[in-house]
Amino acid sequence: MNFGKELYRGIIKENPTLVLLLGMCPTLAMSNSVTNAVGMGIAAAVVLIGSNAVISLIKNITPDKVRIPVFIVVIATFVTITDLVMEAYTPDLHKQMGIFIPLIVVNCIILGRAEAFAQKNGFAASVVDGIVIGIGFTVGITVLASIRELLGAGSIFGVIKLVPEGSSTILMFVLPPGAFISLGFLIAAVNKFVKKKS
Amino acid sequence: MAHKKKLPSTFFNMFVVLTAISTAAALALGYTYTVTKEAREQVKIKRAMDAIKEVLPEFNNNPNEEKYTLEGFAEMEFFPAKKDSQPVGTAVRTYSEKGFGGRIWLMVGFDKDNRLYKIKVLEHKETPGLGNKMEKPRFIDGFAGKDLSVFKLKVKKDGGDVDAITAATITSRAFCDAVEIAYRALSRSKGGKP
Repeated sequence: MNFGKELYRGIIKENPTLVLLLGMCPTLAMSNSVTNAVGMGIAAAVVLIGSNAVISLIKNITPDKVRIPVFIVVIATFVTITDLVMEAYTPDLHKQMGIFIPLIVVNCIILGRAEAFAQKNGFAASVVDGIVIGIGFTVGITVLASIRELLGAGSIFGVIKLVPEGSSTILMFVLPPGAFISLGFLIAAVNKFVKKKS
Repeated sequence: MAHKKKLPSTFFNMFVVLTAISTAAALALGYTYTVTKEAREQVKIKRAMDAIKEVLPEFNNNPNEEKYTLEGFAEMEFFPAKKDSQPVGTAVRTYSEKGFGGRIWLMVGFDKDNRLYKIKVLEHKETPGLGNKMEKPRFIDGFAGKDLSVFKLKVKKDGGDVDAITAATITSRAFCDAVEIAYRALSRSKGGKP
């Protein structure tokens, strides 16, 4: 197993947000600022690594017919743990992300990886898969958020202001329509890049 | 990767596995809940205290320990502040349902003569770039020092004295509504108390 190659797979070839188009709800909703996007990416990645690891360990004792309920219980447990830990130690980010932390449970990237990868592969391979797909998701949502925050608020991380205070920016990009427009252009760009390579 | 044989999906197997995994999950959650409990409560207290400090003159008691509620004003909290046992004002945690995106929560500081001291927005779901301008000093600082028995807490469109935020009249109305309720509640409690 080559980690570099796996990383390339997670970030470019099978990028969950930009190529597989999974997990669109958190991607669109939490990419209104770079801080939110990074927080969402890391929270989802932590849950994904944890659930992949546990599911790969219990795959042989899980009867096929109840595997989805079992996976959901495992995923929901990790999400709730993440939620509690974030509430205690990163309260500001937790407040910003609000309902979207519990909603990681229904992020289809996570159940998708459990179903397509972790239940068929060993512990180490599943953890690596969780890491690379998690990084891919974080990169995807962060790139989208950078574009939106730059155009919509004229800043990055809410701190580095690139336009003078009080000047008007293209507000639409922070609002939902901007999410769809930027995502469309981003997917088009990635498609062109990936097609050229192959 | 070599596949080991999976457990067959008999009723007994499914029952045992689901029960075992749910129990393990419950234990993990209970443990995390206990471990993080104190830190989470600290965060809540700190958040309230920070807001109280921002909206009141200097004080040296612990308003959080002396907080009280009033009948008829559900969910609102009143934090009396004192300096050397002399009252300096009260912070009121108040809200309005009339916001454009649901509830708006404010911490409103009144000085000892029931004049507005300062206001802080705690929580809201207003439109970014329009309604959330109520957090900007240009709007919120306009209320400082106002005596609400004279100052009409309504936007100019409704015949009041408040300059509404451009393109966010609903938010401005909700903001005034929340402050108004806080003032009414506080006046009533002062009337009944020595």
